[in-house]
Amino acid sequence: MFEQLSKFPQLPSLAAFRSLTPLARREMRNGLIFLSPWIFGFLAFTLLPTIATLFFSFLDLKITDQILSAPKFVGLQNYIQLFNDPLIWSTGSTPGSLWVTVLFGLVALPVGIFVPLGLALLMNSPYLRGQWVFRTLFYMPYIVPFVAAIYLWGGMLNTESGWINRSLMFLGVAKENLPGWANSTSLLTGVYPAYVIMGIWGVGNAMLIMLSGLQGVPTELYDAAKVDGANGWQTFWNVTFPMISPVIFYNLVLSIVGLFQYFQVPLVVNQGTGRPGGWTLFYNLYLYKTFFTYQNMSYGSTLAWFLFLIVLLVTIVLFSTAKYWVYYAGESR
Amino acid sequence: MNKSIRHKFLKGVNITMVTGVTMGVLVIFLAPFVFMVFTSLKTQGQLAQIGAPIWPAKPAVYSYNDAELEVFKVPMANCSGQDPNSTAIKELAAKKKGRQSTVFIDPSNPEAGEITCKVSWRALERPWTWSAEWGNYSEVIKTLDYPRLLWNTSFYAIMTEIGVLISCTLVAFGFSRFRFPGRDFLFTLLVSTIFLPGFVTLIPTYTFFQKIGWVGTWLPLIIPSFFANAYDVFLLRQYFMTLPRELDEAAMMDGAGPLRVLWSIIIPQSYPALIAITVFHIVFAWNDYFGPLVYLSTNRAAWPISVALPIFNGIYGSKPELIQAGALMAIILPLILFFVAQRFFVQGIVITGVEK
Repeated sequence: MFEQLSKFPQLPSLAAFRSLTPLARREMRNGLIFLSPWIFGFLAFTLLPTIATLFFSFLDLKITDQILSAPKFVGLQNYIQLFNDPLIWSTGSTPGSLWVTVLFGLVALPVGIFVPLGLALLMNSPYLRGQWVFRTLFYMPYIVPFVAAIYLWGGMLNTESGWINRSLMFLGVAKENLPGWANSTSLLTGVYPAYVIMGIWGVGNAMLIMLSGLQGVPTELYDAAKVDGANGWQTFWNVTFPMISPVIFYNLVLSIVGLFQYFQVPLVVNQGTGRPGGWTLFYNLYLYKTFFTYQNMSYGSTLAWFLFLIVLLVTIVLFSTAKYWVYYAGESR
Repeated sequence: MNKSIRHKFLKGVNITMVTGVTMGVLVIFLAPFVFMVFTSLKTQGQLAQIGAPIWPAKPAVYSYNDAELEVFKVPMANCSGQDPNSTAIKELAAKKKGRQSTVFIDPSNPEAGEITCKVSWRALERPWTWSAEWGNYSEVIKTLDYPRLLWNTSFYAIMTEIGVLISCTLVAFGFSRFRFPGRDFLFTLLVSTIFLPGFVTLIPTYTFFQKIGWVGTWLPLIIPSFFANAYDVFLLRQYFMTLPRELDEAAMMDGAGPLRVLWSIIIPQSYPALIAITVFHIVFAWNDYFGPLVYLSTNRAAWPISVALPIFNGIYGSKPELIQAGALMAIILPLILFFVAQRFFVQGIVITGVEK
């Protein structure tokens, strides 16, 4: 899906339109008529609001007692406030929301790539019997609404009655050493891994994509590697990985973009309070509260545009690294 | 010969190990479903009891002469007419409870008559028998107003489904069958909207919908679905590109216009892709939490199940059995849809994820 993004086509020159034959002109007209639902939607629900958000970020615009204040132009003041906001940047014991997002990413991203990859490798094993049944059942929880999954896994993660801690106790873990999950800030056994577990049912999608990537690797390549005497690890690293790097890249890009928009799970689990101790006040949750709870339109818009810039920057960096490790077959390197 | 037997044996070991490991991972992965069903069928009493079994159960009772007697695990050494060194423990029904000694009946041999044991019944453990509290479901259905939630969620899914199917088919047709300068630019622009954070457009859009009085109605959720979205257009366009152009061209020679070609040539060949986006969209609508939360939270009568469930759970936070029963109510329909249409889910994902 993303290959064309790495070589963003240029806007056509005016000359290209002028030299159209009458027939080509008709084709263009018809094509644009079919595209018009999207073009209108893009202008009305994407481009215009994005510009309006940018505009709002230079104003002072608040709703008090359901009445919108008169807009006042304040220049870069909102951005100055943003760069000095401890609720965004603090790296102390009450981390700022951007730092929360990054810390959570350190826990969640590896799981989001390696768990589906591991499952896909298992599914692709020639020794697995009943591949079709396993594939279907591993994918199945993906369709469970995330709100319901939160309560299922939340029950499993309950520190006293949940099956996870009960199993750990059964395996001989002392009561005082049991994970605190949602009540703890530990990066290994605290609220971030608990959120990752609550979202683990989403891996089915990535697993299927990686599996079909694995199935698309030509068997001649494996035969050639065998003839050359490559061991399992060498074969994976020199044959399998380059061949499936486009699907890994696709999943990595979607995971990172998703990470910077992550807030619905903490909104449901902790009602957006940021418990424990501000560790779940994600950037988007802060944005959500700024607009919907504190009704500060201009600062909310500033936060939104800053988020846009972060995502844009991260995406550009990711795409520029792609040429070093993502291999698109049929393309000369 | 010997070598081939050894080879077969090793292959058998590998198959057993890989399949066994996968089975183990799957059991852990799906354990919450069992947890949900078990918890949703428990009574408050069982949940409060330390040491109660993980499956839904109630303490065993025994009907004796029209009376329900509670069953206990009794160490037989303390009972009349038993060997005092016996280590046997029997499940007996208490006929007359006492602090010093209790009179029991043996349910497996009631004719044997009363057995008196020198134990306090309070100190004894009780055996559990399987017992499902189906009443939890009727309570949740009533408190959640489940039929209403089901109707609201389906209404949302169906209305937006119509919008998505119409608009995305038209747009995907436009991208796959017409050549003109700037088309690839527009297509790349469409795909790149996937990266745009939702909040960048939300504030002005929400403010606008509030101004025209649409907040609290379904309109802000339904109308935008008629303007196409990147994922579904991409999926359909990829599929349309694989269809041979000869048929379109033949139809055009016969004087068919583009709409005619779309309706009579393209759509009849595209059922797998159209069904794929249909089922994906139903799952998306069923799962959608934020949109309905933002636009409908003031209008209780319009809540879909995703919005109602957390609010319900905020009220019933101390009753895990009702929370799990409610979660099951939210899961059951998407699950049925999945098992009916799972082939289309798999195909759709492969088209979006693997194709470039």
